[in-house]
Amino acid sequence: MGKQQIYHALKVDTDICYGCTHCMNVCPTDAIRINDGNALILKKRCIDCGECLKVCPVDAIYVEQDDLEKIFDYECRVALVPAVFTGQFPTQITEEEIFSEMKELGFTHVFQAEYMVDVINNLMNEQIDQSEEKPLISTFCPAVVRLIQVKFPSLIDNIASVKPPVDASAAFYKKMLSNQGIPTDQIGIFYITPCAAKIAAIKGFGQNTNDMINGVINMSYISNKLYHKIKNRKDSLKDLPVLPHLSSKAMKWSLSHGEAEHMQGRTLSVDEIHNVIEFLEMLENDDIPEVDFLELRACDQGCAGGALLQGNRFLTVERIKIRASQLENEIEGDELKDHKDILQDKDLFITKIDPLPAMSLDQDFSEALKKMERIRNLMCYLPGIDCGACGSPSCQSLAEDIVQRKANLSNCVFMQRMMEKNRKLSSEHATRIIEKTWGKQRLDKDCRKKGAKNEGM
Amino acid sequence: MEFVYEVEGGDFTKAGNASSAVKKTLKQLNVNPKVVKRIVVALYEAEVNIVAHAYNGTIKVTINSEHIHIVLDDKGPGIPDIDLAMQEGYSTASSKVREMGFGAGMGLPNMKKNVDELNVSSEVDKGTTVEMITYL
Repeated sequence: MGKQQIYHALKVDTDICYGCTHCMNVCPTDAIRINDGNALILKKRCIDCGECLKVCPVDAIYVEQDDLEKIFDYECRVALVPAVFTGQFPTQITEEEIFSEMKELGFTHVFQAEYMVDVINNLMNEQIDQSEEKPLISTFCPAVVRLIQVKFPSLIDNIASVKPPVDASAAFYKKMLSNQGIPTDQIGIFYITPCAAKIAAIKGFGQNTNDMINGVINMSYISNKLYHKIKNRKDSLKDLPVLPHLSSKAMKWSLSHGEAEHMQGRTLSVDEIHNVIEFLEMLENDDIPEVDFLELRACDQGCAGGALLQGNRFLTVERIKIRASQLENEIEGDELKDHKDILQDKDLFITKIDPLPAMSLDQDFSEALKKMERIRNLMCYLPGIDCGACGSPSCQSLAEDIVQRKANLSNCVFMQRMMEKNRKLSSEHATRIIEKTWGKQRLDKDCRKKGAKNEGM
Repeated sequence: MEFVYEVEGGDFTKAGNASSAVKKTLKQLNVNPKVVKRIVVALYEAEVNIVAHAYNGTIKVTINSEHIHIVLDDKGPGIPDIDLAMQEGYSTASSKVREMGFGAGMGLPNMKKNVDELNVSSEVDKGTTVEMITYL
């Protein structure tokens, strides 16, 4: 397999990061190392789930996003907003008010990302009916799709080929606006994202780039702006936009169980990335009963737990449910036949998903076998404490890094002690090794570090 | 290279641990995902059999450039008629157990389907040895 350029949205701000290992310890694919005092994300393994961003105590991990100014490159500036966005605002504030404030930010149109939920729901149900590989796994959560590519390549065939609603909605709006006579190159669709994985999926890699969405804007950035506007508003809003209402189902689609409740047959929903991994391990062993459809979400509570949302995820879920209950009487959304003239297959179905296995030691089996023997040998010496002081998340991964020539046995602080004792390593050398991993002056007294007496001064 | 795992009879919470460990190893060795899946399905079935029927057992996995060789050795009731046990649908499970969805009589046939070579030997009241070979 050739080298594919895989876009990642998660970045480390090396000015802020001080190499505290929190992110390294939670990363579900062992994709983080500490080097030169900073977290380093291994591109091949990262699935953009955002666990590192959530856990970082100093906000050193950020997502690369498009500048809001970029929307002004277009005459027609569309904000594509997922339902969890409105879930961040108290329910007294209506959707119309929220969307109208969006227009004050410079957008000319605001549309809902879940608009195409019913179309997607029907297509998915058809696919469940016809599918030979059971269970069918939803494409909704891009971090899960990437996880399967990287860590569970044998389950690739279980991934459905129906696109998530946001893709179909973007295609629909763009074509609708262009049918109204607006030149396509003047329509800019900007997705307001609750997570890093959606950014990575939209910026894409290989053949699966999204050409319907022109930019992605961090939800926390927009909601901060809106909060500020709403809190400081003096006069009442003039013209509220008229929007097609989402159905209650579409409103709750991105929450846990949102999809599973509406799919045919036996369905299951699993949320939170480590839970998802545990479940996929079982699925690989054929250790789960016959299930027709699997809804897997990287975040706890689904998109309400997205890394770029503000506020508590459980409160977000509650608010969305309240908003949805006010929509109970809304008729079901649109059906595909209503949009046959607008939507094409490529707007609704993904192209082939390639495995991107990143856990193997070597492409060549006998080389991998040799490396594994060396790893098992090294594990005889390493302490098995998984302290992370070497800059790798566990003794096992240090052993792997050594075999891959990315680390040395002397990176282990316990091995250093033994080497010093046996006079194979001078203490000056040991300090240099530690400084290489943790950065210069890392061992010096610093009263301004987090938790120390002069923190924040 | 050789890996050894202990399996305790009756402890269903740990059933599958050995299979998961072997799976991780095979993925690291860059074995074709389809092959990994077949081996793991067979091994998992066999591992659960020890947990369900035997007192205890060991799983020995040998990997070299030609094949993946797995031997499951248990102390347990043994299998009185192996040929019969190899038939699809034959099961010693009581109707009550079958009502619960177990004992479909597909255990050994399923293992055979997923590996290149399956050898079963057994002595009643002593134990059972299952050997599975997959050529690379």
